Amino acid sequence: MRDLFRVRPAAAIWPVLASLAAWAPPASADALSEAAGRYRIDKTSSIRFSVDQAGGGGIRGSFGAYSGAFRIDGQDIAKSSVTITLYPKSVHANEARMENFLRSDAVFDVANHPEITFRSTAVKRIGEDAARIDGVLTARGKARKAQFDATLRRLSGGSISFHVTGSIYRSPYGMDVGTPIYSNVVQFDMVLNGTRR
Amino acid sequence: MRHDRKETFGTIAVLLHWTIALLFLGQFALGLSMTKVKGMALQFELIQWHKSFGFLILGLAVLRLGWHLGAGRPRPSPALSPVERASAAIVQALLLAATVAVPLAGWALASTSTLGIPTLAFKLVLIPHLPLVPSEQAEAFWRQMHGFLAWATILLAAAHAGAALRHHLLLRDDVLARMLPILSPRRLAGRQTTTESDDA
Ligand code: HEM
Ligand code: HEM
Repeated sequence: MRDLFRVRPAAAIWPVLASLAAWAPPASADALSEAAGRYRIDKTSSIRFSVDQAGGGGIRGSFGAYSGAFRIDGQDIAKSSVTITLYPKSVHANEARMENFLRSDAVFDVANHPEITFRSTAVKRIGEDAARIDGVLTARGKARKAQFDATLRRLSGGSISFHVTGSIYRSPYGMDVGTPIYSNVVQFDMVLNGTRR
Repeated sequence: MRHDRKETFGTIAVLLHWTIALLFLGQFALGLSMTKVKGMALQFELIQWHKSFGFLILGLAVLRLGWHLGAGRPRPSPALSPVERASAAIVQALLLAATVAVPLAGWALASTSTLGIPTLAFKLVLIPHLPLVPSEQAEAFWRQMHGFLAWATILLAAAHAGAALRHHLLLRDDVLARMLPILSPRRLAGRQTTTESDDA
């Protein structure tokens, strides 16, 4: 099977930086351990997705309603965790027809499956301020493995912000309508802002 | 290039006529029913098939138009009165044009749709949009135009088929057999000296 995620070019330098950091005497407090704590994903976040289409362009959308929380373990980043729930009824797209189509039984089937959830199962540090998150994404009643990359954007006092990307195949969820006109891959591009609890 | 015989429609013209006629009727039924099915996924798939077959019809219709111009038409059946000849010629010219115009209007509809859904004919051939500016108004206009032309063509085709059947069943002349050689041309030729009893 192909990799489920695309590593952004910039992400490729993180392992290098990380190994350089390992040479130096341990820093007193690096960004991620300083960030240790529990956070609620707040309403200033943005959860956008896109699906490429044949011949260029594609569908762009976002979810307006979501909730979730994450915990950052200061001692062992691998013990960190995140859960997030999306309410696909809140999907936004270019026009109402598209939104109705996405809500319908063809795609999210919001009448029968009002929630899409992601629960992390493993977090691995892949750079100075980047982590790879493995987990289980459940949509339309089907649970499948999924992977996202998170990069720290901002950390100040009680709030933290991550840029999170990931590519998910939609066919395992029974959402393969429109392939191959529309790509089987949904690209997520999210900014998750957490407020310390 | 093989030219059609002058007394009757040649094999190519006959094959094109019935292939296009059948596809057109099926396409009309699909067009009417596809937006009324329940499941949105099924509806999406049916519309993609509708576009695929529409382009197939467009291709065949353009081919027929070319064949028509190149190979010429057989002499009108002597069974027809001058008025019938004139009206048949007009109706057939309109049908010929319609089999090109209806899918073109469908193409314009798909091209102006603000949804911008690509056409991947038979899941194989990516067909570009016509260079029209998508807008709600343009899409609504071409939807109406497409539907109107499709309905007008179906009514015309019904009159056209009715006339052909009338000639065959009531007047018992060779009009339909010229386009449908399977209707034992020899038997007809025995009765009517106007048709050569050949295999055209
Ligand atoms: C000979 C070929 C075709 C025939 C006979 C045909 C016929 C029809 C008919 C009868 C309808 C329903 C109209 C209504 O509900 O008022 C329809 C709808 C439609 N046709 Fe075609 N069509 C043809 C080719 C095409 C092509 C080539 C395309 C696009 C590339 C196309 C795209 C559409 C679309 C998108 C609709 C749905 C309109 C809606 O949203 O209601 N058609 N067609
Ligand atoms: C299904 C019933 C149909 C029957 C029984 C039928 C019968 C015929 C006959 C007998 C002719 C030859 C007329 C002559 O010699 O002057 C003819 C020609 C023609 N028909 Fe039909 N037809 C049918 C459907 C259609 C449809 C649905 C279309 C178009 C959408 C169509 C388009 C034409 C055209 C354009 C011609 C001129 C000859 C050619 O270029 O092929 N017909 N038809």
